[in-house]
Amino acid sequence: MAETLIRLRDDAASTAPVVAFADLSEAGNTAAVRLSPGDDARALLPLLDQLTLIEVEFPAYTDGRGYSAASILREYGYTGELRAVGDVLVDQISHYRRVGFDAFAPNQPITREAVDKAIATWPEVYQRTVDGRAPIWAARHG
Amino acid sequence: MSAERFKILTGNDLLTGDVTWWTGSNWSRHVNDAAALGEDAATIIAAEEAARRVVSAYVIDATRDAEGVRPAHIKDRVRAVGPTVRLDLSLRADDPAATTWIA
Amino acid sequence: MYQYDTHDQAMVDARVAEFTDQVTRRLDGTLSEEQFRPLRLKNGLYLQLHAYMLRVAVPYGTLNSRQMRVLGNIADTYDRGYGHFTTRQNIQYNWIKLSDTPAILADLAAVGMHAIQTSGNCIRNTTADHFAGAAADEVADPRPYAELLRQWSTFHPEFDYLPRKFKVAIIGSETDRAAMKLHDIGIQVVKNAAGEEGLRIHVGGGMGRTPMIAPVIREWLSPLQMVSYLEACLRVYNRYGRRDNKYKARIKILVHEIGADEYRRQVEEEFAHILTLGLEPPAAELDRIKAQFADPAFDPAAPDAIDRSDPDFALWVDQNVHAHKAPGYGIVTISLKPVGGIPGDASADQIRLMADLARDYSFDELRVTHAQNIVLPHVRKADLYAVWQQLDAAGLATPNLDLIGDIIACPGLDYCSLANARSIPLAQKISQRFADVERQRDLGELKLKISGCINACGHHHAGHIGVLGVDRKGVENYQLLFGGSEGADTSIGSIIGPGFSEDGIVDAIERATGVYLARREAGERFLDTWRRIGNAPFKDAIYG
Repeated sequence: MAETLIRLRDDAASTAPVVAFADLSEAGNTAAVRLSPGDDARALLPLLDQLTLIEVEFPAYTDGRGYSAASILREYGYTGELRAVGDVLVDQISHYRRVGFDAFAPNQPITREAVDKAIATWPEVYQRTVDGRAPIWAARHG
Repeated sequence: MSAERFKILTGNDLLTGDVTWWTGSNWSRHVNDAAALGEDAATIIAAEEAARRVVSAYVIDATRDAEGVRPAHIKDRVRAVGPTVRLDLSLRADDPAATTWIA
Repeated sequence: MYQYDTHDQAMVDARVAEFTDQVTRRLDGTLSEEQFRPLRLKNGLYLQLHAYMLRVAVPYGTLNSRQMRVLGNIADTYDRGYGHFTTRQNIQYNWIKLSDTPAILADLAAVGMHAIQTSGNCIRNTTADHFAGAAADEVADPRPYAELLRQWSTFHPEFDYLPRKFKVAIIGSETDRAAMKLHDIGIQVVKNAAGEEGLRIHVGGGMGRTPMIAPVIREWLSPLQMVSYLEACLRVYNRYGRRDNKYKARIKILVHEIGADEYRRQVEEEFAHILTLGLEPPAAELDRIKAQFADPAFDPAAPDAIDRSDPDFALWVDQNVHAHKAPGYGIVTISLKPVGGIPGDASADQIRLMADLARDYSFDELRVTHAQNIVLPHVRKADLYAVWQQLDAAGLATPNLDLIGDIIACPGLDYCSLANARSIPLAQKISQRFADVERQRDLGELKLKISGCINACGHHHAGHIGVLGVDRKGVENYQLLFGGSEGADTSIGSIIGPGFSEDGIVDAIERATGVYLARREAGERFLDTWRRIGNAPFKDAIYG
């Protein structure tokens, strides 16, 4: 069954209202934020402990800035839900996963099955990323 | 032979990549089969691309010459025939006038 | 050269499976063309003027005879009997069917080859000095680093949708044979005062609409930080490169707009963070790769003498054979520029012959050069005559390396949907005008490069003589440039004046060579004379 929200997490989805990055103010209780492609993910670093959901927008799947945003958030220790929203297609899912996304809200519904299959595309990986998979060079040299 | 311009539709076959020309009812590899379009180009393109009978279809200007349909732009004349430097691979392999027609 | 292990093989095999599935989903309508197009581009498949065109990667321009033979067989089985070697050391096939592409990629994967990331807004094939591992002037073979970069950049998940394409070149000597400073990232392997090997990093070069020479961003980098540093360079570009205008989206625009100092500052900041993440492969991995680029078993007793009694052979030796670091050996360049021929094209039979020659005479190795020629890097001097005879019989022994007949030309309007003008017929006319080999040798080193449009795939900005094809009210027209250079003395050519017809520019070029002959001083190439006397004498002779 094609869905509009697919989560690869065990915890419950955040119910907090999602605040657009541009609307973030000093008021510090925000638990859910949405980043647009031009927003600086590092600006969220002081808030990482209180955020349970960060949405990263992909208005067009060909705009790859969200991949860097996701990587940066995970690199600095964000453990909450990282959700790719918008023009999210099956053929980019495996890369989304590798840069740290663990939830997808595609404009055009996709099936959980298709997501699982996409994530399994690569039996091995060349690079170390935030997903923790051992890269090929680690397998070669123990 | 007329210098009057009309519109024709061209694209590539999805499977083979062959250059194709809209005949009014289907796609032909031969530019002389290209039919003058009415106002419905966008509808045709949408339907034919959705049906996967063509890819990258677009409308161009053409005129008629002694040989038939002549695309207005040199790029589409190259598409209609083949590479001028390998006419042996073109649709007019035995035609010494092919390069002149393209240019 | 590098041999795939089971891990590398698993990656190309997975890619074949992924693309096969994507083609199936395109053909059954699950994927629209808009969704499919970037996916097929990342497998090197373009829709061009006549058919699909497939660009197969030749990583850093190095391949073995088995791989070369497969390239020839692909030309016969799936194409129309020939292939085209490109200015990025790759090979292109012009008559491909989408439905055949999965089978072609499978055939390539079986010999450790692929078409991964040869198009699309991602990191492309890293090119390298085509004399790597053979040239007498080499500081260090750059190819182990190129192989490390190949692996790091392949399917990199963060950098698959960059603002625009990204091209890296790497050299290992002061002589720049790869146009390194005209790349998005150019790397030079250098040694510091202590004799330690390191990398000098240039960022922000390129040709196209706005040619730029890449400034040095990092003077010296430890080889064991290369991956981390490049991650930083790419991340800054991915985040801040322009995405509003396709013609302003390369990294050269970003570096130019914010300035090299600011770009460097941002990279160093990101680099400091990335160093904490443990992304760098260990030294053992670089060592493992370097071991596969060790010298072949050169014969220390290989004779140095060459029998020059055949004058045609002697001419070819003088022009097309370079000094090798090992005594008794030479570096052979096979010209794919026969008089009146199509630059860079080779028939399937010629490709297979070159494969056989590599196997028999060059330690099973070939190179593709960015000048669209093929190199046999390690040929015994004693074998040169046998090699030349076989090349000559196949039309592959034109003695014109780096002469005016050694033309670089993009496919142009005969093949390419981006082109404004045809480039190949012009190359053929110039080649025929200057067919006489003594005339060419008298003119000396003269790098002539033709692009059929502003995208500059023919590298016309870097030609001693450059030609740019334009569309002037629906008619092909050609602009003439002088003074470009791709070497260590990188410079960008300047347009001399109003454009010409195809025949007109052939005459103009001939007049320009006349000015050079009349005004040159001892030891000067065409480029040197132009740099000394400037445009004015050439303009006078050409425009009268």
